[in-house]
Amino acid sequence: MNKVLMKGNEALAEGAILAGCRGFFGYPITPSSEIAEYMARKLPKIGGIFVQAESELAAINMVYGGAATGTRVMTASSGPGLSLKQEGISFISEAELPCLIVNISRGGPGLGGIQPSQGDYFQATRGGGHGDYHTMVLAPASTQEMMDFAILGYELADRYRIPVVIMAEGTLGNLMEPVIVRDEVTSFPEKPWAISGCQGRKPNIVNTLHLTAEGLEQRNRHLFSKYKEIGMNEKRAETFMVEDADIVVVAFGLLARVIKRSVIDARKHGIKAGLIRPMTLWPFPDEHIKAVADTCKVMLSMEISMGQMIQDIRLAAEGRVPVEFYGRIGFLPNPEELTREIIALAERKGL
Amino acid sequence: MAIVFKRPQSLTDAKFHYCPGCTHGIIHRLVAECLDEMNIREKTVGICPVGCSVLAYDYFNCDMLEAAHGRAPAIATAIKRLKPECFLFTYQGDGDLASIGMGEIVHASARGEKISVFFINNTLYGMTGGQMAPTTLLGQVATTCPYGRKVENEGYPVKMAELLAGNEGSAYISRVAVNSPANVVKAKKAIKKAFETQAKGLGFSMVEILSTCPTNWGLNPVDAMKWMEDNMIPYYPLGEFKVKEEK
Ligand SMILES: Cc1ncc(C[n+]2csc(CCOP(=O)(O)OP(=O)(O)O)c2C)c(N)n1
Ligand code: SF4
Repeated sequence: MNKVLMKGNEALAEGAILAGCRGFFGYPITPSSEIAEYMARKLPKIGGIFVQAESELAAINMVYGGAATGTRVMTASSGPGLSLKQEGISFISEAELPCLIVNISRGGPGLGGIQPSQGDYFQATRGGGHGDYHTMVLAPASTQEMMDFAILGYELADRYRIPVVIMAEGTLGNLMEPVIVRDEVTSFPEKPWAISGCQGRKPNIVNTLHLTAEGLEQRNRHLFSKYKEIGMNEKRAETFMVEDADIVVVAFGLLARVIKRSVIDARKHGIKAGLIRPMTLWPFPDEHIKAVADTCKVMLSMEISMGQMIQDIRLAAEGRVPVEFYGRIGFLPNPEELTREIIALAERKGL
Repeated sequence: MAIVFKRPQSLTDAKFHYCPGCTHGIIHRLVAECLDEMNIREKTVGICPVGCSVLAYDYFNCDMLEAAHGRAPAIATAIKRLKPECFLFTYQGDGDLASIGMGEIVHASARGEKISVFFINNTLYGMTGGQMAPTTLLGQVATTCPYGRKVENEGYPVKMAELLAGNEGSAYISRVAVNSPANVVKAKKAIKKAFETQAKGLGFSMVEILSTCPTNWGLNPVDAMKWMEDNMIPYYPLGEFKVKEEK
């Protein structure tokens, strides 16, 4: 077992390399740039390709081309960069090309700030660009998961021919922790659809244009039957002390890890608190919410935003339990503050 | 009896959807003939644009990818870098390449990407109904410059061949027209030279091809050719603007 002290961004980049990523295309932006820098150092030494693109628009289109060759490729960005990539993500989704897109999130709107944020939740989970589509969205909570989700991300991307977004707060990208370095992935699926010259076969076409109404409807139905399958197979969440909980906090990413402490502290104050941490933001782990909606008294969505995931929690809870919200902007709140909020909620609800 | 003329193998049997007198079809054929003659069809990946030639993936008998508007050079960059044994070409209109895709084309050229770009300059946006393009000539009427293009309002038409020739990464840049049999022959030579430049790994290549749009120019096919000669060629001179030789 090889345990190494690594930054989140580096662990993610190394995970991608271990998973066979051989093409990185990106444009610098804080707090994601270290991923590009890591790739720029490493990829050329292992037969991979690194291109600093002229913009995020170009970068995501390089990913579009790279993924079309069947190579495992990726890009990483933050805030305004992710906005520019949405055009390409829509095309890649329609063309059903597997790839990894990393959002080391910072605050917005506009230039916002470079502090950690979860304010891109809607953008990530609703598709983000034009048209009817989804990407898979993974939300790691530790440096280890930064590595593991990069590997998992490629596996899922290839299995379902879908772009996979990894969304992590800027703080997680910069957090240093010991990481167990995983084994290199050595077996890859066949990609008979890839384009790289039609020697010995009929030409392949990667296309997103469907000019007839029937053709377009059929494509959308096809995508959504795939999304349904993903929904059935791939929802992931970690649950913590929810069995007897009166208050179930729902939170993702590094914030959820901080909240674990608050849950323990709240219990010391006699409050039966628990935590659900969605690891897949799309598909949203609604069954995990439903499973406790009848046993808990209240749910509390905690987010580093003005409240986005709360909508998915409410949809999942189907009105069976009230869902409250606590959010901060621009920083990762400390456990004491979050414990106070849980206690205050318990008092308000008479728990 | 010997066959002296046939459909190039690098074109499919699909019927072109282009308007009568449109020269997109001629240019498709020239590209296909070059792929055949260089025997590189099975190693080629073509990128089609958003514009009238968006359906080019139905016409070229090789691996094809349909890009987002203007992004073809970025897509081609990645494919060529990951699959250097492949021949990459993009086929782009003037709205696609010189307007929305200006960033992608300039940087692909500056980086010296070993791709071949066929740039179809017909002075306006054909597909969307004849709006102004960066290449619309001064005084020319388009639906979004209904009183004629004026310097004060719309600035000057962009000369892409001259612009890209200034980049060190550009290895072969030329401008041709397909208005006469003699010029069609020259156009084919330029297209082939672009692919040869790519084969030699010399850098970026682009052939700007002056093309007609009788539909949106409001002219019949014959008058459209004449309009190209009288108006386009004087502003967009034909010739080679950059020819990097092998060391
Ligand atoms: C992002 C985006 N903006 C606008 C359009 C609409 N659009 C489609 S084709 C086109 C212009 C194409 O003109 P040109 O590149 O000159 O090619 P032509 O049709 O003349 O061959 C435009 C603006 C689009 N598809 N995507
Ligand atoms: S609109 Fe113009 S460019 Fe488009 S097919 Fe017709 S003639 Fe050709």
